[in-house]
Amino acid sequence: MDLNFTPAEEAFRGEVKAFLKDELPIEISEKVRLGIELEKADMERWHALLNQRGWLAVTWPAEYGGPGWNAVQRDIFDEEGALANAPRIVPFGVNMLGPVIIKFGSDAQKADILPKILDGTHWWCQGYSEPGAGSDLASLKTKAERDGDHFVINGQKTWTTLGQHADKIFCLVRTSTEGKPQEGISFILVDIDTPGIEMRPIRLIEGGYEVNEVFFSDVRVPAENLVGEENKGWTIAKYLLTHERTGIAGVGASTNALGQLKDLVKKVSRRGKPLAKDPLFMAKLAEVEIDLEAMRVTNARVLADADSGAAGSMESSMLKIKGTVIRQRLNALFKSAVGPAATPFPAEALVGNLAAAPEETAMAAADYFNNRKLSIFGGSNEIQRNIIAKQLFA
Amino acid sequence: MDFTHTEDRRMLSDMLQRFFREDYDIETRNAAAYAAPFHHPEKWAKLAELGILGALVGEDVGGFGGDGFDILTVFEEIGRGLCPEPMLGTLMAMKVLESLGATEQLEALIGGEKKAALALFEVDGFSGLEDIQAQATQTADGWTLSGRKSIVYGGASADVLLVAARHSGGVGLFVTTQAERTSYAMIDGGGAAEIMLDNTAATCLTEDAAQTIENALDWGRLALCAEAVGAMDWLHATTVDYLKQRVQFGRPIATFQALQHRVVDLGIEIEQARSITILAASKMGTDEQVKTIAMAKNLIGRAGTLVAEECIQMHGGIGMTWEYAASHYAKRLVMIDHQLGDKDDHLHRMMELDAAV
Repeated sequence: MDLNFTPAEEAFRGEVKAFLKDELPIEISEKVRLGIELEKADMERWHALLNQRGWLAVTWPAEYGGPGWNAVQRDIFDEEGALANAPRIVPFGVNMLGPVIIKFGSDAQKADILPKILDGTHWWCQGYSEPGAGSDLASLKTKAERDGDHFVINGQKTWTTLGQHADKIFCLVRTSTEGKPQEGISFILVDIDTPGIEMRPIRLIEGGYEVNEVFFSDVRVPAENLVGEENKGWTIAKYLLTHERTGIAGVGASTNALGQLKDLVKKVSRRGKPLAKDPLFMAKLAEVEIDLEAMRVTNARVLADADSGAAGSMESSMLKIKGTVIRQRLNALFKSAVGPAATPFPAEALVGNLAAAPEETAMAAADYFNNRKLSIFGGSNEIQRNIIAKQLFA
Repeated sequence: MDFTHTEDRRMLSDMLQRFFREDYDIETRNAAAYAAPFHHPEKWAKLAELGILGALVGEDVGGFGGDGFDILTVFEEIGRGLCPEPMLGTLMAMKVLESLGATEQLEALIGGEKKAALALFEVDGFSGLEDIQAQATQTADGWTLSGRKSIVYGGASADVLLVAARHSGGVGLFVTTQAERTSYAMIDGGGAAEIMLDNTAATCLTEDAAQTIENALDWGRLALCAEAVGAMDWLHATTVDYLKQRVQFGRPIATFQALQHRVVDLGIEIEQARSITILAASKMGTDEQVKTIAMAKNLIGRAGTLVAEECIQMHGGIGMTWEYAASHYAKRLVMIDHQLGDKDDHLHRMMELDAAV
């Protein structure tokens, strides 16, 4: 048993910290710290800075431009980024399509697609969910019918995150209705500007705009845009879901949120005293701090297993459930800490300090509402429980 | 980072598992746990023979272990085997003697010839050394002790009592073998005692015991956390098996999602409990010992009670019976939160430490 990082890992952490200190633009990290929505240019700028250093596609093998890190290094990178208020890497091209192309793509697809993900030529988005296919993804109905050397796509996708910025979309489509639903699904790549595609924004609970619905009517896509074999798309979807996802526990983000909360309780008052002196509130804070500390070790245990090849989907499901709930509890406490000052609507432009509360609390309620998504997306926490139960009761 | 135990500790753990499986089944356990002397003297001798008691203290005092991960290894198996032997009292007494360098007194304890217990708590409760009222008086013939010590774990069978008592200069620790006592079983098995001191002759171990006692308590808390992890593992696995076997409405109740999700949630809490206990074990003897132990004992208190209550519920009526082993594990898990500070006490400690920063 040794819970310490090795000297080499500590040196790596130092390298990451130094990079973040030198290269992460303050105007971007301030937006992240204050919870202000990032613009497309902010995200592209951060991706470019990471790519310049060779640190953008951290899960890719070195031969395709990845840095060749192990799971512990990736975790250190994620944690330090979160602590420094770096934006999260937009995952759709880098962390989702990239690994799929590397595993299932043709040589031509690898040569064409991977470099353009890295250099930011193409912004990818995801076409998985449909109005009638959420947790039961295999019931998806968006149809792709063969017509010569093209597929013709008709249907509707939804919850397409940051689709408003995208040039391309990767989709799961139905190419066969024979056999089990899983056996008639294909994975296909589509240009957003192909005629027949319409993207409409979905406004979310807190008022923000990050997801879209995408309509396909007679969209003609070249047959060579298929990834892997026809009707084998479910294998790819499953690969993506079980592909080792670093940072799924969000230890860094929650540690950062806890730090902000601990600062905040000294700044705000309740019944004439600093909130830090309120035993009811502080008990809740202490309890979530304990749970986070335990999760830090649970996460480390999974990482140690991952590098020895022993970690499976059961572990990442556990981390997803626990990690999202801890983050949501922190969001709820942060919002509660400012009491009535959490109520003003932050609107599109952040006016700031309307209610004389600390500036970092302007988005407290909005963040709380927005982060209810954490336990819903990426396989809802109930689906994660099903995944664990399937192994437990096998 | 490396989360695997050393070869020696894996052997220790295997050996204990075998001992409980082959030599200490639940019927033997229940017979010993609730009748005087509230443990099984032959099994105690066997534990000593296997070297389990020596594993609790370091080599410099004649043991061959004694660090956080040794305690973790031993007590996880104590929990998995639902052992009613006076391990907790013995550990705390041994840790007191270890920190005072009392190698000679430890020898008989390591060999199992004698048992010791640490007498701290009093009738008015114990939340800290300031609550200690028992008096120690120095006379021409040596020290005498007066007062009452309450709920002394392992006190039912201890040959040697280490008694915390107040004297003119603070709180000291004193050794007596002569105290009058009333012994009784605990609800989850094993023995404790009320110790009556009335000008009882004693020898002084140390006149300034504050640090030694706090430290021994933390070792006891670590042991309880590890014990709970072992007991939770057993109870969770037993519940999973039971749900697979129990048929209602024409199918195993393990197929019902309402139950599956609850079992999964317990599994996650157990992993969290294991993590915080590993962390606490790694911090023993460091500046972070006190805070990490407080965190661990709080989380264990929450997780242990949840696992106990949920596993009884999911078993249905059978989980309510004395006959069925799971009920005894559940009892132990609930009562661990009543020993050496409960989840609220440790949340308070944690908050005080947070506020002090």
